[in-house]
Amino acid sequence: MALDTTALNSADIGVGTAVQAAVEGRANIFEMTQAAEEAVLRPKDAGPWSHSLRAALAARIANLNDEAELAARYAADAGDFAALVQPTEDGAAQGLAEVVGFMDKVAADTRRVAGNDILALQSAGVADADIVRLAELNAFLAYQIRVIAGLRLMKGMSA
Amino acid sequence: MTKVITKFTRNVPHWQPRVKPVDLQEASAEQLDALKVTPSNTKVSEYVLTLAHDVESLKVRSPLFNAIMYDKGGMSRSERELGALGASMVNHCIYCAAVHAMRHAQIEKSTEVTDKLFRDGANAELDTRDRAIFGFAVALSECPSQAGPEHMQALKEAGLDEAEVLDLILSASLFGWANRLMHVLGDPVRLEDSGK
Repeated sequence: MALDTTALNSADIGVGTAVQAAVEGRANIFEMTQAAEEAVLRPKDAGPWSHSLRAALAARIANLNDEAELAARYAADAGDFAALVQPTEDGAAQGLAEVVGFMDKVAADTRRVAGNDILALQSAGVADADIVRLAELNAFLAYQIRVIAGLRLMKGMSA
Repeated sequence: MTKVITKFTRNVPHWQPRVKPVDLQEASAEQLDALKVTPSNTKVSEYVLTLAHDVESLKVRSPLFNAIMYDKGGMSRSERELGALGASMVNHCIYCAAVHAMRHAQIEKSTEVTDKLFRDGANAELDTRDRAIFGFAVALSECPSQAGPEHMQALKEAGLDEAEVLDLILSASLFGWANRLMHVLGDPVRLEDSGK
């Protein structure tokens, strides 16, 4: 069965390579990774974070990680939030400055995230459940981006 | 009173949420299903109750986590723990680092490697294979990833095959995920009256 997942398509591993053989051995993991993408990017219950906003934030996090190809994939679904794809936009124009600032810090400066960052979101009126939703989106992207970066390195090694 | 832990330790702290976890009494049918709550099993950690706010993610995350850390074949259990620890040290997730350093020490029946890492930091002197594994996990966990062909070469020279390298990528990346939940949504604390 051919695996069709964002991670594998972004890393573009070749057919018949040692990398592909290793991936086939963990096919269940790549299928579950794609299911996780559905759950955080396109959930049935999106709360206040629409699918297009989620796509924009995902593309933004990919850009913070210099993953332009993945950023372009997500940016295609960013709709009205397309401006947020660029890390230079601070989210103020969309009324999302607190959310965008939080997402950038969790993605790029994780070690410095502290209780005050959660308090700032709560003070801005973000409900606890919706803070968890933001963290899950961010956390999944951290994983998917690194799987892609790792696969690309494997591909280069066995080439 | 509680004290927030800021230094790496193998003595696993208590995880104290910064947001209010789901109240089991008010949980939806879908949340109860994802939490695997049954009349005979009502014990759910505060961490899992916190993640239950995003039930669709919780449902897919647990089986994925278990597959990456425990599925047979490929890289050894203790080396996957080392990948998890590398990410957790970069992201300064005290809780994840404690759990996975402790598991590494249990599997290896030795605290030597994790003692060195906690004492000397991420650049601690390790044997060739552990050094290559840990160094790759650390580099991959930076934002953006700093892992390069030289790290891949070190893994190859240390004798890792493709299946092992893939498992290392998966375990280190998975903790990029786990750290951003554990370290962001709660504090690692000692409960002063717990006697621990």
